[in-house]
Amino acid sequence: MTVTVLQKVPRRTRRPRGARRTAVGWLFLAPFTVVFLVYTAVPTVAALGFSLTDLRGADLRHPFAVDFTGLDNYLRLFQDQSFLRDILNTAVFVAVGVPLTMGIGLALALALNSGIRRLRGVFRTVFFAPVVTNVVAVALIWQYAFNAGGTVNKTLGAVGFAGPNWLDDPNLTMPVVILLGVWRNFGIAMVLFLAGLQAIPQNVYEAASLDGADRWRQLRHITLPLLRPTTLMVSVLLTVFYLQVFDEPYLLTNGGPLGSTESVALYTYHQFGAGEFGMSSAASFVTLVLVMLVSAVQFRLLRPRT
Amino acid sequence: MTALAALENADMTTDRIAVRRRSVSRPLLYGALVLCALLTMLPFVWVISGSLRSLDEIRSDPGAWVPQHLTFDNFARLFTTEGFGRFLVNSVVVAVMVVAGNIVAASAAGYALAKLDFAGRRIAFAAVMGAMMMPLTSVFVTQFVITVDLGLADTLTGVALPSVALPLSVFIMRQYAMSIPDELLEAARIDGAGEFRIFFGIFLPLAGPAVATITIMSFLSSWNNFLWPLIVAQSMSSYTLPVGLAATSQAAAHVTDYGLLLAGAIVVMLPVLVLFLFLQRYFVQGVAGTGMR
Repeated sequence: MTVTVLQKVPRRTRRPRGARRTAVGWLFLAPFTVVFLVYTAVPTVAALGFSLTDLRGADLRHPFAVDFTGLDNYLRLFQDQSFLRDILNTAVFVAVGVPLTMGIGLALALALNSGIRRLRGVFRTVFFAPVVTNVVAVALIWQYAFNAGGTVNKTLGAVGFAGPNWLDDPNLTMPVVILLGVWRNFGIAMVLFLAGLQAIPQNVYEAASLDGADRWRQLRHITLPLLRPTTLMVSVLLTVFYLQVFDEPYLLTNGGPLGSTESVALYTYHQFGAGEFGMSSAASFVTLVLVMLVSAVQFRLLRPRT
Repeated sequence: MTALAALENADMTTDRIAVRRRSVSRPLLYGALVLCALLTMLPFVWVISGSLRSLDEIRSDPGAWVPQHLTFDNFARLFTTEGFGRFLVNSVVVAVMVVAGNIVAASAAGYALAKLDFAGRRIAFAAVMGAMMMPLTSVFVTQFVITVDLGLADTLTGVALPSVALPLSVFIMRQYAMSIPDELLEAARIDGAGEFRIFFGIFLPLAGPAVATITIMSFLSSWNNFLWPLIVAQSMSSYTLPVGLAATSQAAAHVTDYGLLLAGAIVVMLPVLVLFLFLQRYFVQGVAGTGMR
């Protein structure tokens, strides 16, 4: 013991890290750590474990009736036509939802940052309000407005179009569900882009104007390249949002009609509801892997070019 | 994360830009912005107008934009609907537990991560960041099994517990604590004050703005939370307002009673929207600083 103390290499930190100091630090961290272990760390590891078993809801009281089944759940999952369809649906949510949300957010951020002063705060409030609005409430409003005789169709009728039955037609439900997602999320993109725009030093624009660059060129060659870190952050964030999309399709259509709006998260939930905990965990693990993969790929793609 | 700092300067810099980059197409820009604002507000218009129309009126003409006769009947029916008062109380109870838990857990953890030097601090911070990225949709099954094992299924504690120490709150408090000068705490340490006295006596009184942001963000996340309460709450006795409202709408037998449901939607939305109007700064900072809600 004495030897180790003598040989101890002096640390580069400001103060020595005594046992007491460590105890105090972890005491401060205790509440967070307990919740983190019980509700994040253990569930993540356990989800992987569950996904390799035939655990069912009914087995919760008889843990020893559960069998290890290896990769069976994953094999079943990727042979399940509805799961493959749901992966495709989720891909549509991401492929349409992310660019749309980002585009609207960026356009509004550019508009609000273009030097207008009057009503700027009001506009920001209005565009951000959907972000804090309860999703159940908005889904009800969507159903009220988009049902066959609802406000949307009545308005379409007034200008001579026969409105379709938005929430019953497998070809039309997806756009309506995505619209709800975009409405709820573009405010986040706008606020993040606004912050990114305001971090760009103004003298860059001054130099560009002196060189005769018009506004379009300034946008293309100065603003967008300098906004790259923000664009990366927003696109990762939104992709992760839409990859997990659950509330909107669950509340509007419960994945229907004919599974046309069922997302992977909703599949996970439906398997869970049917008591198939093992299958549900396998599906949820696929989501987790997708989320991590997408983040990694996006970071590579949008990395600053050198 | 740097977004937070940029946002603080936001209103200062815009004035400078305004002078310099005056655009020719100003009216066009305003026209487009007003149009976008109106489109964004449409759902709010629909919910207000719909909730003030009578049952008969909605049935005979579901698509009308404005009520022919204003009526508060839907709200009166809502509060006499079975379970609704209970859902409201449940939502408030869960929110109080979540907010109180976050203030305590995140203040302590955020302070320790920023201002104390101890073995394992980096690992703890990595855990906070990792937990922020963790998708709920990939752990809810196991979280549910754990909740059942703890005997908390179908209880309000079970609904609140996973959210009482949100990594988002810890992150907000840690970022804030980083901005408080070390000298302030060091002086007290030299005077012989213990770590807990420094935390309660010196740090916490200074942490007001961060506590406010945490309060608002955790209230928002608790009040609007849907997936987790949907899974844990299995009977009306533990439904929160959003889950109760969704259940009411799905249980609608023949024709959906939109007036009632839209009145419910207003009651769910109102507390957050009112808070948002008055404390917008904290909402925007909370979201922009972390990219989450």
